[in-house]
Amino acid sequence: MDYVIEMNNIRKEFPGIVANDNITLQVKQGEIHALLGENGAGKSTLMNVLFGLYQPEQGEIKVRGEKVDVTDPNVADRLGIGMVHQHFMLVEKFTVTENIILGSEPKSRGAIDINKARKDVKEISDRYGLRVDPDAKIEDISVGMQQRAEILKTLYRGSEILIFDEPTAALTPQEIYELMSIMRNLINEGKSIILITHKLKEIQEICDRVTVIRRGKGVGTVDVEGMTETGLAEMMVGREVTFEVQKGEAQVGETVLNLKDLVVEDARGYDIVDHLNLEVKSGEILGVAGVDGNGQTELVEALTGLREVKSGSISLNNKDITDYKPRKVTEAGVGHIPQDRHKYGLVMDFTIGENILLQQYYQKPYTNNGIMDYKKLYEKAESLIEEYDVRTASSHTLARSLSGGNQQKAIIAREVDRSPDLLIAAQPTRGLDVGAIEFIHDKLVEERDSGKAVLLVSLEMDEVLNVSDRIAVIYEGKIVEIVDAKDTDENELGLLMAGGKQEAGEAE
Amino acid sequence: MIRDFLRSRAFGLVVPLIAVAFGLIAGAVIMLLSGNNPIDGYSGLIGGIFGDMYYFGETLRAMTPLILSGLAFAFAFRTGLLNIGVEGQVIVGWFAAVIAGISWDAPGIIHLPTALMAGALAGALWAFVPGILKAKLHVHEVIVSIMMNYIALHVVNSLIRGVFLDTGQRTAFVPDSASLSSEWLQGVTDFSRLHWGFLIALAAAVVMWFLLWKTKKGFEFRAVGFNQNASLYAGMNVSGNITSSMSISGAFAGLAGAVSGLGTYGYIEIFNTFTNLGFDGIAVALLGNSSSIGIVLSAFLFGGLSEGSGNMQAAAGVAPELVEIIIALIIFFVASSYLIRWIYKRLDSIRKGEK
Ligand SMILES: Nc1ncnc2c1ncn2[C@@H]1O[C@H](COP(=O)(O)OP(=O)(O)OP(=O)(O)O)[C@@H](O)[C@H]1O
Ligand SMILES: [Mg+2]
Repeated sequence: MDYVIEMNNIRKEFPGIVANDNITLQVKQGEIHALLGENGAGKSTLMNVLFGLYQPEQGEIKVRGEKVDVTDPNVADRLGIGMVHQHFMLVEKFTVTENIILGSEPKSRGAIDINKARKDVKEISDRYGLRVDPDAKIEDISVGMQQRAEILKTLYRGSEILIFDEPTAALTPQEIYELMSIMRNLINEGKSIILITHKLKEIQEICDRVTVIRRGKGVGTVDVEGMTETGLAEMMVGREVTFEVQKGEAQVGETVLNLKDLVVEDARGYDIVDHLNLEVKSGEILGVAGVDGNGQTELVEALTGLREVKSGSISLNNKDITDYKPRKVTEAGVGHIPQDRHKYGLVMDFTIGENILLQQYYQKPYTNNGIMDYKKLYEKAESLIEEYDVRTASSHTLARSLSGGNQQKAIIAREVDRSPDLLIAAQPTRGLDVGAIEFIHDKLVEERDSGKAVLLVSLEMDEVLNVSDRIAVIYEGKIVEIVDAKDTDENELGLLMAGGKQEAGEAE
Repeated sequence: MIRDFLRSRAFGLVVPLIAVAFGLIAGAVIMLLSGNNPIDGYSGLIGGIFGDMYYFGETLRAMTPLILSGLAFAFAFRTGLLNIGVEGQVIVGWFAAVIAGISWDAPGIIHLPTALMAGALAGALWAFVPGILKAKLHVHEVIVSIMMNYIALHVVNSLIRGVFLDTGQRTAFVPDSASLSSEWLQGVTDFSRLHWGFLIALAAAVVMWFLLWKTKKGFEFRAVGFNQNASLYAGMNVSGNITSSMSISGAFAGLAGAVSGLGTYGYIEIFNTFTNLGFDGIAVALLGNSSSIGIVLSAFLFGGLSEGSGNMQAAAGVAPELVEIIIALIIFFVASSYLIRWIYKRLDSIRKGEK
């Protein structure tokens, strides 16, 4: 047999849920093997079993034909298995090099030989084309570079089999492109890769074979060649999926959000949002397209009261809400699906029910005269869990133990259910499966059709093009152009996002 | 099997029991090594706790301030704060309560509550300082609250010495109208010093549970404790919550001092060293898993151990210091519960690796 990894009939249970039910996964030497499945299907769990973080109730694991018992990650390490987790596991205050060597530090005379470490890291990073700054602290570098540090960490330990758990969910399109070529380099150097992703395009582009799981059960393994995106999606969801967003003409009404000359500083005191003007009307979805780092994050934070406005004004329904605190912004009629769900969106150690009511817990009927009615709270949470298909063992489960995609669905349930006049959705479908994306896009369109305004901020061009009615292109903190979604395409948008209009304008 | 158990939530509840058992076993070994009979020692100890109503009443009396100081630490801990200043808050609470007791006169129905209130307020104020510094200037509360302990000790001592000294090293006794002592409780416990403060402490345990798990404020305190960014996003007043939760924690501590001053002793004296009520409260909270019921149980254990130690010496000739060693070991074992997990995993992987 030329399988490097065989996981046969794996079963893993959590209280109240069977996460893996008799799953088999066989990976060939030198291939990129995709693992595909809906949110909560059990992909991360299966990989954590392989990596020794969880012990299966049943089933066997073979590495290079030999039966092994992966009792903890150190054993996985010795077997040459490395994992880049869905949520990075880096020490923020340490440098890239320190993080990479953590746990297997090179020593000379008992002391850590940091110079040797730096040299080794440099050598591996050159060999695979993984650009990093070895001396930068993790908290100061981009998500893409953090991920490259994670990959280097596994390579430094000599891993031959690499597991990538949704590596592209948090990356910009450019970074995804780079990651693809890194993966190809790895394969050329004789490594094998297991890749979890929800993006079917990526599977088609780079993977050899794909194993599909649905609700904890294996559906099958097929060659990627010859599979269409629709075919893959159907295999995974078990029904037909439409990629086109179904929507009628926008019934545009009054202006809901009006931004005038807005200036917002970033952490370093630089005007990252720079005299920005924008209007969003009721009954429309306005998409903000742009390359990451052009002020989108700060714009959304300023709109929602999380960041100070330096100058200019924000008005909602003709009422000035500049400098409102977050609670007042919310009560004025704004919903916010935050870009960073772990930082802002969820209290991970609260139950999923408490999280779903995080914006309403203080109102009747959940609070009466300062006393909480948890029964009402959980009733409401349960009805939303049902409606938004959040897969969780119960409403009392900690948010921490939900799968990434189901955490996101809980946030969306919370923000959309209040039906705010303005819904700000920042990267709302990051890390979601195609079925869930379809569901969320439909919800956004539903809000728009009921006369609400939707501001969609996304780094994904497909999403902006498909869902929006109008598209505002943000570049260096300004809206450089607003186009009708029907009259534009990827090429034009790409050019505008790169600051193309200014150059074109200057040339004229 | 065992591995899953070590990861489970039940393990979190079993840890304190294991720690107590280990502590007692280690104590037995030490008794053996020092030539004592552990069975005699422990029966002396148990006799000193349950032996007769007097001992039992004294145990309840000893656990009273420990419940309150344990609640103080636990409340802050549940809201993401480390209040190492419980000790100082106990001292100022004790002082304020006694001063409010001796400096004026009123009918008991007014006088006693005012004196208790004065103690709670003083503790709250003392904790407010690290709270506000944390909330507004991001100064770590541990450092400030430790410093506040020393300030409390020395300021209170010099105020007693300079202004309130009555006889010897102490103030005057509080009058009956401000005293917690209860003839009835003393009567049923064979004239122990058990006082109404015990019921106040039990009520406070219920209050903490209610506050954290039943009120809107409690929801916010817990949220801020876990994730300040998400709390801000959800519209909570993060710095306000930090300051008030620190102050509430201090109020519990202040009450711990107040019940000692108005109940057990009836006065305050110049302290040569810290009272240790606050520091023991940290241990009580840790062992009690920061829950109300857990704290009452572990305060009973700690109070019982220290009260029973006297009888242990009388009955079996074991030095009472042994109890301090046992308490220290229990804390050590609680703190090392994670060590137990780690050792188990290590052993397991070595065994499997060699197979
Ligand atoms: N530690 C845990 N405790 C309890 N339940 C868990 C735990 N980890 C995962 N689960 C549950 O197991 C199921 C599978 O989760 P898993 O994280 O493997 O999904 P996934 O396929 O990786 O999904 P996603 O694409 O959303 O990341 C989910 O229902 C999840 O709620
Ligand atoms: Mg996952």
